[in-house]
Amino acid sequence: MGNWARFLEVNAPRILELTIDHAVLVSLAIFVALLIGIPLGIYLTTNQYLADTVLQIASITLTIPSIALFGVMIPIFSLINQGIGFVPAFVALVLYSQLPIIRNTYTGIKNVNPEMRDAAIGMGMKTHQRLLRVEIPNALPVIMAGVRTAVVMNIGIAVIAAYIGAGGLGVLITQGISRNDNYLIISGSIAVAILAIIADSILLLIQKRFTKKAIAE
Amino acid sequence: MKRKKLIGNIVRYALYAAVAAFFIWAISNNYFDYIFSQSETFLVLLRQHIVLVLVSSLLAILIAVPAGILITRPKFKKAEWVFSNIANLGQTIPSLAVLALMISILGIGFQTAVFALFIYSILPIFRNTVAGIDSIDKNMIDAAKGMGMKPHQILFRIELPNSAYSILAGIRTAVVLNIGTAALAYVVGAGGLGVWIFTGINLFDNGFLISGAIPVTLLAILADYLLRKVEYIVVPKGSRHIEKA
Amino acid sequence: MISFNHVTKSYGEEITAIDDVDFTVEQGKIVVLLGPSGCGKTTLLRMVNRLESISKGEIIINGENSKDLDPIELRRKIGYVIQSNGLFPNMTIEENVMLVPDLLGWSKKDKRERFEYLMTLIGLDAKDYGKRHPHELSGGQQQRIGVVRALAADPPVMLMDEPFGALDPIIRDKIQEEFLQIQREVKKTILFVSHDIDEAIKMADKIVLLRDGKIMQFDTPSEMLAHPKNEFVSQFFGKDRAIKSLSLHTVENLREVIGLGPVDETVQDTKTIHVHQDLRNTLSMLLNQEAEQVIVKDEQGENIGTITIDMVQKYLHFEIKGKMSASQEG
Repeated sequence: MGNWARFLEVNAPRILELTIDHAVLVSLAIFVALLIGIPLGIYLTTNQYLADTVLQIASITLTIPSIALFGVMIPIFSLINQGIGFVPAFVALVLYSQLPIIRNTYTGIKNVNPEMRDAAIGMGMKTHQRLLRVEIPNALPVIMAGVRTAVVMNIGIAVIAAYIGAGGLGVLITQGISRNDNYLIISGSIAVAILAIIADSILLLIQKRFTKKAIAE
Repeated sequence: MKRKKLIGNIVRYALYAAVAAFFIWAISNNYFDYIFSQSETFLVLLRQHIVLVLVSSLLAILIAVPAGILITRPKFKKAEWVFSNIANLGQTIPSLAVLALMISILGIGFQTAVFALFIYSILPIFRNTVAGIDSIDKNMIDAAKGMGMKPHQILFRIELPNSAYSILAGIRTAVVLNIGTAALAYVVGAGGLGVWIFTGINLFDNGFLISGAIPVTLLAILADYLLRKVEYIVVPKGSRHIEKA
Repeated sequence: MISFNHVTKSYGEEITAIDDVDFTVEQGKIVVLLGPSGCGKTTLLRMVNRLESISKGEIIINGENSKDLDPIELRRKIGYVIQSNGLFPNMTIEENVMLVPDLLGWSKKDKRERFEYLMTLIGLDAKDYGKRHPHELSGGQQQRIGVVRALAADPPVMLMDEPFGALDPIIRDKIQEEFLQIQREVKKTILFVSHDIDEAIKMADKIVLLRDGKIMQFDTPSEMLAHPKNEFVSQFFGKDRAIKSLSLHTVENLREVIGLGPVDETVQDTKTIHVHQDLRNTLSMLLNQEAEQVIVKDEQGENIGTITIDMVQKYLHFEIKGKMSASQEG
């Protein structure tokens, strides 16, 4: 225990800093992914053919191993001199989050009770009104579930980003490996785990609140 | 309707074009050359990678599926909650960390990587086995009991066939995950295609990067495709319908 | 034959689910367990095939005490039908239906023959439906499959737990008729749980009315309607007991007591009814048509008389009300 106390005393500020870096990387990626994914998911509900294609593509993207995707981003982005560091990691994370977000937005809206949709059309709502006022609010619980999945996934994948110079909690682990320092490895892992659990719990609360609202309506 | 189909097709072909463009660009820059100029090494790395994945996945299936079945037996119902939460928590620990921590226990090399991969893939398989069996309508089990089926008959004739879809999906997820994690096996000195990826990163050599990363990607996509086909063959016709509904 | 001898089921000291239940289901008869939610009817049913335990007393099935037999063997000898039909989605219809015979080790040939016979009972083509899966069938078809599955190994005894409860009323009626027809052929000893009074009156040879685990009355439907033993029974069947009991009387019964009217063939738009039809359906028909009478035909298709709403009312007054006021005085 004494060793741990000493270790944490020395390294706590650094761990905190890396945690924040990690959180920032993931948050930005999720934010951009939402900006792209949700509108895209909504648009897909109007075009079945496109939906099939896009969902298939996103699904294949997920099977690509993270280190491989990071690896491929490097030569592509070194074309614009951003081969290492934040940019390739960021783009890869955005790509990974697309499937859960797009798919959940799409299925969430599609699965809205058809009677509700009927009622909305019957009342004379136009497509965009129907989407905004009826379908999206009711699809929110499912969409939030997708966001949750994407966030937790990204927190894990971002660990590997350390290998391509993007910083974050992965640094503790990679340094721990090269220096054969288990304290670094363990503290890095636990920090990631805690971050994931906290993020998941907060998002779950938000999801539950949306669920209550949806049911109440 | 036609316009929508057109848009769908345009996007699809645009993507094929983008992928083709990528490959043309990569080939013209000689990024794939190492596969041919160092083909022996490549094949060794490929073999190591596949062996790592196969061994760890098989071991994981052998442990996780029976464990999932066991935990859903009436005797162990109370423990299910505990084990499920441990499994969920375990999934949040990064694969890299699992690999790294194993070093202090098992040293470096093949056995460490296999063990780490094995541990990491138990979770999706276990979770899906439990979820699959739990999702079976309790009334069905009641009818089976009432008709005079013995517990092991209920397990093999009713519970497993009807949860096959979920279990196989879990196995597919675990295998694809493994292929990705095995690319990190370099870190524990166990070889695999990750060696070239990391070499590429460290030496700023795009050739090693692409020659390592693309084969791994193709391996993952191929495994996913093949296992989906297996799912289609193995899962009984009637129970697959339930999942879709 | 199923005998319940002072059967009791209690949970600990406080809760008694089944309280000293004692009655017998005669061979080849249908007894309906009827009662409000929570009265214990399903629990009582499940005690027969030992899915629920018995605290005190015994259940004797065809001379054997249920406790003496191995539960698995016991269950294979009893047909069991549940509300959600419990068909196994991963098996074909034929595999589903012939499950118990398969467990008992029947030969392929015997199984195939039996399956074909069972399918003719419910009017479905064995070759066509045998290879299909449950999800391809409608709710009504699935329920009928559930019923013949219970008959597959030709058990002497059948337990049915609200088997037609999940069907819509039109299909339910049809399937009830079909089942009664099958029962006329196979003559099984049946214990049937229902919460639907009309179903009970229609299907039962005798009814057990339960409340909080105790038997309130055990009698034929017409007796329970005409002579309710206590306040609960008469309240349960409701104030329209008279109308309900109409379904137990036929046009033939009416003819015997007050005779039929003359046939007037000049009147247009009259429907016809068979002499063995029940009076409830007759009344419906009379209320739903323009003409004031319905022509009664006998088994040979000959016109033998007419019937009007007035005549039904007269019969009701004499036959049923007479019986009921007699019971209130007595």
